[in-house]
Amino acid sequence: MAVDVATELAELKKKVDEMQPGALPKLSMVVFSGDLDKLIAALIIATGAVAMGMQAVLFFTFWGTAALRDPKVNVGGKDFMSKMFGWMLPKGRGKLKLSNMHMAGMGTAMLKDLMRKKNVPSLDQLFEMAAQLGVQIKVCEMSMDLMGFKREELIDYPNKEFCGVATFLADAKESSVQLFI
Amino acid sequence: MAEHDAVKVLDLKGLPCPMPVVKISQEIGSIDVGQVVEVHTTDPGSLADFPAWAKSSGNEIVETKQEEGLIRIFVKRVK
Repeated sequence: MAVDVATELAELKKKVDEMQPGALPKLSMVVFSGDLDKLIAALIIATGAVAMGMQAVLFFTFWGTAALRDPKVNVGGKDFMSKMFGWMLPKGRGKLKLSNMHMAGMGTAMLKDLMRKKNVPSLDQLFEMAAQLGVQIKVCEMSMDLMGFKREELIDYPNKEFCGVATFLADAKESSVQLFI
Repeated sequence: MAEHDAVKVLDLKGLPCPMPVVKISQEIGSIDVGQVVEVHTTDPGSLADFPAWAKSSGNEIVETKQEEGLIRIFVKRVK
Protein backbone atom coordinates (compact mmCIF):
# COMPACT_ATOMS: atom_id res chain seq x y z
CA MET A 1 0.00 0.00 0.00
CA ALA A 2 2.78 2.41 0.94
CA VAL A 3 4.49 1.69 -2.36
CA ASP A 4 1.31 2.55 -4.28
CA VAL A 5 1.02 5.88 -2.57
CA ALA A 6 4.64 6.65 -3.38
CA THR A 7 4.22 5.81 -7.07
CA GLU A 8 1.01 7.78 -7.32
CA LEU A 9 2.67 10.73 -5.66
CA ALA A 10 5.57 10.55 -8.09
CA GLU A 11 3.21 10.46 -11.04
CA LEU A 12 1.23 13.35 -9.69
CA LYS A 13 4.40 15.34 -9.16
CA LYS A 14 5.45 14.62 -12.74
CA LYS A 15 2.12 15.89 -14.02
CA VAL A 16 2.34 19.03 -11.94
CA ASP A 17 5.87 19.64 -13.22
CA GLU A 18 4.65 19.28 -16.79
CA MET A 19 1.90 21.80 -16.17
CA GLN A 20 4.37 24.30 -14.80
CA PRO A 21 6.96 25.03 -17.46
CA GLY A 22 9.78 27.12 -16.12
CA ALA A 23 9.42 25.78 -12.61
CA LEU A 24 12.92 24.33 -12.22
CA PRO A 25 15.57 26.34 -10.39
CA LYS A 26 17.58 26.59 -13.58
CA LEU A 27 19.14 29.29 -15.75
CA SER A 28 19.25 28.99 -19.54
CA MET A 29 21.16 31.75 -21.26
CA VAL A 30 21.89 32.40 -24.91
CA VAL A 31 25.38 33.84 -25.37
CA PHE A 32 25.01 35.42 -28.81
CA SER A 33 27.51 38.21 -28.31
CA GLY A 34 31.25 37.88 -28.68
CA ASP A 35 31.99 41.08 -26.76
CA LEU A 36 34.28 40.90 -23.75
CA ASP A 37 32.03 42.87 -21.40
CA LYS A 38 28.95 40.83 -22.30
CA LEU A 39 30.84 37.56 -21.82
CA ILE A 40 31.98 38.71 -18.37
CA ALA A 41 28.37 39.52 -17.46
CA ALA A 42 27.17 36.14 -18.78
CA LEU A 43 29.75 34.21 -16.77
CA ILE A 44 29.13 36.21 -13.58
CA ILE A 45 25.40 35.51 -13.83
CA ALA A 46 25.98 31.81 -14.56
CA THR A 47 28.40 31.27 -11.67
CA GLY A 48 26.11 33.30 -9.41
CA ALA A 49 23.19 31.08 -10.43
CA VAL A 50 25.04 27.96 -9.31
CA ALA A 51 25.88 29.70 -6.04
CA MET A 52 22.12 30.28 -5.62
CA GLY A 53 21.59 26.54 -5.92
CA MET A 54 20.47 26.65 -9.54
CA GLN A 55 21.57 24.69 -12.56
CA ALA A 56 23.12 26.85 -15.28
CA VAL A 57 23.35 26.22 -19.01
CA LEU A 58 25.01 28.60 -21.47
CA PHE A 59 24.18 28.30 -25.18
CA PHE A 60 26.91 29.75 -27.31
CA THR A 61 25.78 30.85 -30.73
CA PHE A 62 26.91 33.23 -33.53
CA TRP A 63 29.68 35.59 -32.34
CA GLY A 64 29.72 33.90 -28.96
CA THR A 65 31.29 30.75 -30.41
CA ALA A 66 34.53 32.66 -31.20
CA ALA A 67 35.01 33.16 -27.46
CA LEU A 68 35.32 29.38 -27.10
CA ARG A 69 38.20 29.03 -29.57
CA ASP A 70 41.46 27.69 -28.22
CA PRO A 71 44.26 30.07 -29.29
CA LYS A 72 46.79 27.23 -29.15
CA VAL A 73 44.99 25.01 -31.66
CA ASN A 74 45.43 25.35 -35.40
CA VAL A 75 43.37 23.19 -37.69
CA GLY A 76 43.88 22.78 -41.39
CA GLY A 77 41.63 21.67 -44.20
CA LYS A 78 39.39 24.75 -44.23
CA ASP A 79 37.88 26.30 -47.34
CA PHE A 80 38.55 29.93 -48.30
CA MET A 81 35.55 31.48 -46.49
CA SER A 82 36.20 29.51 -43.30
CA LYS A 83 39.81 30.64 -43.35
CA MET A 84 38.68 34.26 -43.77
CA PHE A 85 36.24 33.99 -40.88
CA GLY A 86 38.84 32.28 -38.76
CA TRP A 87 41.25 35.06 -39.50
CA MET A 88 38.82 37.92 -38.88
CA LEU A 89 37.12 36.65 -35.73
CA PRO A 90 38.82 36.74 -32.32
CA LYS A 91 40.79 33.58 -31.62
CA GLY A 92 39.60 32.85 -28.13
CA ARG A 93 38.37 34.83 -25.13
CA GLY A 94 41.74 36.56 -24.68
CA LYS A 95 41.19 38.45 -27.93
CA LEU A 96 37.67 39.75 -27.26
CA LYS A 97 36.94 43.47 -27.41
CA LEU A 98 34.62 45.68 -25.38
CA SER A 99 31.23 46.44 -26.94
CA ASN A 100 31.82 50.06 -26.01
CA MET A 101 34.91 52.22 -25.60
CA HIS A 102 37.28 49.70 -27.18
CA MET A 103 39.25 52.66 -28.59
CA ALA A 104 41.64 50.64 -30.75
CA GLY A 105 42.47 48.38 -27.83
CA MET A 106 43.19 51.08 -25.26
CA GLY A 107 39.79 50.91 -23.59
CA THR A 108 39.84 47.11 -23.41
CA ALA A 109 43.36 47.09 -21.92
CA MET A 110 42.30 49.72 -19.38
CA LEU A 111 39.25 47.74 -18.32
CA LYS A 112 41.30 44.56 -17.87
CA ASP A 113 43.80 46.51 -15.78
CA LEU A 114 41.01 48.05 -13.71
CA MET A 115 39.45 44.62 -13.12
CA ARG A 116 42.79 43.31 -11.88
CA LYS A 117 43.17 46.27 -9.50
CA LYS A 118 39.64 45.87 -8.17
CA ASN A 119 39.98 42.12 -7.79
CA VAL A 120 37.16 41.39 -10.25
CA PRO A 121 37.75 37.88 -11.62
CA SER A 122 39.06 37.88 -15.19
CA LEU A 123 37.22 36.07 -17.96
CA ASP A 124 39.81 33.26 -17.71
CA GLN A 125 39.15 32.90 -13.98
CA LEU A 126 35.40 33.02 -14.57
CA PHE A 127 35.59 30.19 -17.11
CA GLU A 128 37.69 28.15 -14.70
CA MET A 129 35.20 28.78 -11.91
CA ALA A 130 32.25 27.96 -14.17
CA ALA A 131 33.87 24.62 -15.05
CA GLN A 132 34.43 23.83 -11.36
CA LEU A 133 30.88 24.76 -10.44
CA GLY A 134 29.40 22.62 -13.20
CA VAL A 135 28.04 25.35 -15.46
CA GLN A 136 27.15 23.57 -18.69
CA ILE A 137 28.22 24.91 -22.06
CA LYS A 138 26.24 23.97 -25.16
CA VAL A 139 27.43 25.11 -28.55
CA CYS A 140 25.24 25.82 -31.55
CA GLU A 141 26.25 23.41 -34.29
CA MET A 142 24.89 25.66 -37.04
CA SER A 143 27.00 28.64 -35.91
CA MET A 144 30.10 26.43 -35.82
CA ASP A 145 29.42 25.44 -39.40
CA LEU A 146 28.63 28.99 -40.49
CA MET A 147 31.79 30.45 -38.97
CA GLY A 148 33.78 27.52 -40.28
CA PHE A 149 34.93 26.45 -36.81
CA LYS A 150 35.83 22.83 -36.18
CA ARG A 151 35.10 21.10 -32.89
CA GLU A 152 38.81 20.43 -32.33
CA GLU A 153 39.59 24.14 -32.21
CA LEU A 154 37.38 24.86 -29.20
CA ILE A 155 38.68 24.91 -25.62
CA ASP A 156 38.57 21.89 -23.37
CA TYR A 157 35.61 22.32 -21.07
CA PRO A 158 33.82 19.73 -18.98
CA ASN A 159 30.18 19.19 -19.97
CA LYS A 160 30.68 20.85 -23.36
CA GLU A 161 28.06 19.72 -25.83
CA PHE A 162 27.09 20.51 -29.42
CA CYS A 163 23.44 20.98 -30.20
CA GLY A 164 20.72 22.85 -32.05
CA VAL A 165 17.82 25.12 -31.20
CA ALA A 166 15.61 22.30 -29.89
CA THR A 167 18.07 21.53 -27.10
CA PHE A 168 18.08 25.17 -26.05
CA LEU A 169 14.29 25.36 -26.09
CA ALA A 170 13.93 22.14 -24.11
CA ASP A 171 16.27 23.57 -21.48
CA ALA A 172 14.71 27.03 -21.58
CA LYS A 173 11.19 25.67 -21.23
CA GLU A 174 11.91 24.04 -17.90
CA SER A 175 14.05 26.91 -16.61
CA SER A 176 12.71 29.58 -14.32
CA VAL A 177 15.26 32.06 -15.67
CA GLN A 178 15.99 32.58 -19.36
CA LEU A 179 18.32 35.23 -20.66
CA PHE A 180 19.80 36.40 -23.96
CA ILE A 181 23.10 38.21 -24.08
CA MET B 1 33.16 33.19 22.90
CA ALA B 2 32.35 33.82 19.27
CA GLU B 3 29.22 35.83 18.53
CA HIS B 4 26.25 33.63 17.66
CA ASP B 5 28.55 30.69 18.47
CA ALA B 6 30.08 30.95 14.99
CA VAL B 7 32.22 27.88 14.37
CA LYS B 8 34.40 29.56 11.77
CA VAL B 9 35.21 32.83 10.03
CA LEU B 10 35.13 33.09 6.27
CA ASP B 11 37.39 35.91 5.13
CA LEU B 12 36.10 37.35 1.84
CA LYS B 13 37.59 40.82 2.23
CA GLY B 14 38.46 42.51 -1.07
CA LEU B 15 36.45 40.09 -3.19
CA PRO B 16 33.76 41.68 -5.38
CA CYS B 17 30.67 40.18 -7.01
CA PRO B 18 30.14 37.29 -7.73
CA MET B 19 32.79 35.86 -5.39
CA PRO B 20 31.07 36.38 -2.00
CA VAL B 21 27.98 34.29 -2.88
CA VAL B 22 30.04 31.73 -4.78
CA LYS B 23 32.31 31.28 -1.74
CA ILE B 24 29.49 31.06 0.84
CA SER B 25 27.64 28.54 -1.31
CA GLN B 26 30.79 26.41 -1.41
CA GLU B 27 31.64 26.83 2.28
CA ILE B 28 28.22 26.37 3.83
CA GLY B 29 28.55 22.61 3.30
CA SER B 30 31.65 22.53 5.52
CA ILE B 31 29.65 23.29 8.67
CA ASP B 32 26.89 21.21 10.19
CA VAL B 33 23.18 22.02 10.01
CA GLY B 34 22.39 24.44 12.84
CA GLN B 35 25.91 25.84 13.00
CA VAL B 36 26.82 29.44 12.17
CA VAL B 37 29.63 30.80 9.99
CA GLU B 38 30.83 34.38 10.33
CA VAL B 39 31.51 36.02 6.96
CA HIS B 40 33.78 39.05 6.60
CA THR B 41 33.24 41.02 3.40
CA THR B 42 34.00 44.47 2.05
CA ASP B 43 31.54 44.21 -0.85
CA PRO B 44 28.49 46.45 -0.18
CA GLY B 45 26.51 44.35 -2.70
CA SER B 46 26.68 41.51 -0.19
CA LEU B 47 24.17 43.36 2.01
CA ALA B 48 21.48 42.58 -0.57
CA ASP B 49 23.02 39.44 -2.04
CA PHE B 50 23.42 37.39 1.13
CA PRO B 51 19.73 37.61 2.13
CA ALA B 52 18.79 36.80 -1.50
CA TRP B 53 21.16 33.84 -1.51
CA ALA B 54 19.90 32.65 1.88
CA LYS B 55 16.27 32.84 0.77
CA SER B 56 17.02 30.94 -2.42
CA SER B 57 19.24 28.29 -0.83
CA GLY B 58 17.07 27.85 2.26
CA ASN B 59 19.59 29.10 4.82
CA GLU B 60 19.36 31.90 7.36
CA ILE B 61 21.08 35.22 7.96
CA VAL B 62 21.23 35.48 11.73
CA GLU B 63 22.67 38.98 11.89
CA THR B 64 24.44 41.55 9.71
CA LYS B 65 26.85 44.04 11.26
CA GLN B 66 28.15 47.03 9.37
CA GLU B 67 31.37 48.34 10.78
CA GLU B 68 34.01 50.79 9.58
CA GLY B 69 35.16 49.29 6.27
CA LEU B 70 33.89 45.82 7.12
CA ILE B 71 30.60 43.97 6.87
CA ARG B 72 30.13 40.94 9.11
CA ILE B 73 27.35 38.52 8.21
CA PHE B 74 26.39 35.58 10.40
CA VAL B 75 25.01 32.74 8.31
CA LYS B 76 23.28 29.74 9.81
CA ARG B 77 23.13 26.51 7.85
CA VAL B 78 19.52 25.36 7.90
CA LYS B 79 19.67 22.51 5.40
